[in-house]
Amino acid sequence: MSDAKGAGQRARPISPHLVGGEHILFWRWHLTMFCSMMHRATGVFLYLGAIVGATWAFSLASGPDAYGLFLVIIGSIIGKLFLFGLTFSAFYHLANGIRHLAWDMGEGFEPKTADTTAAAALAFGAAATLAVWVIAALTGGL
Amino acid sequence: MSGYRTPLSRARGLGSAKHGVGHFIGQRVSAVALIFLVLWAVDSALALAHTDYENAVLWLRSPWNAILASLLIAVASFHMNIGMRVIIEDYIHKPPTKAALLILNLFVAVLVTAAGVFSILKVALSGGAY
Repeated sequence: MSDAKGAGQRARPISPHLVGGEHILFWRWHLTMFCSMMHRATGVFLYLGAIVGATWAFSLASGPDAYGLFLVIIGSIIGKLFLFGLTFSAFYHLANGIRHLAWDMGEGFEPKTADTTAAAALAFGAAATLAVWVIAALTGGL
Repeated sequence: MSGYRTPLSRARGLGSAKHGVGHFIGQRVSAVALIFLVLWAVDSALALAHTDYENAVLWLRSPWNAILASLLIAVASFHMNIGMRVIIEDYIHKPPTKAALLILNLFVAVLVTAAGVFSILKVALSGGAY
């Protein structure tokens, strides 16, 4: 379109998409933007977690051998890394979901409030994840 | 915007997507339920992390555990189906691909619910594989 631009024509205004032509990020990186992306990413991670959760119940219903295999896979390094990511995803998505519920009631849109609650959601996700894994380690769950 | 809509269109309240606010409300109501169910699930996972097959079966035979585990899998599937639907609708614009992914998304959510709830009931009512 740009080559069709005649003399005296200015560049047309564009709507604020996240990314535009030639993969330029239109928006400046900001904590609230990062939190919004993380909400989606952790939601996808929890989608996988629900499939693993159903697999847990399925293997338990299939008997000791199937359940033993499940424990071996979930107890492996990759399994534990997945569970660690799942723990953070659950706590972060929960905390950020409460931000969303507040927004739905018209609360928390002021930039300062939005920044504070964004940082709080990330901090809660990290702190609760560490707490759960320390408890798991102390109670012999690892 | 609303100035351009006919009175009948406003009364139907379905908007341009033709399905109203059902998904919006459903996503939020399930979110409220999941706050409690997910916290319960983390606590349960900590308890189950250091037990073997027999103890896991015993745990799931407790009525409250079986009820809450079934609710968790059903409500989570409902919630994640809507969430993934929004992601597909946001990023996939080719109609056949979009339709295929939306159907796949629905099938995954229903299969997770069916497999999860059936497995939970089987263990809870019969004590596992025996």
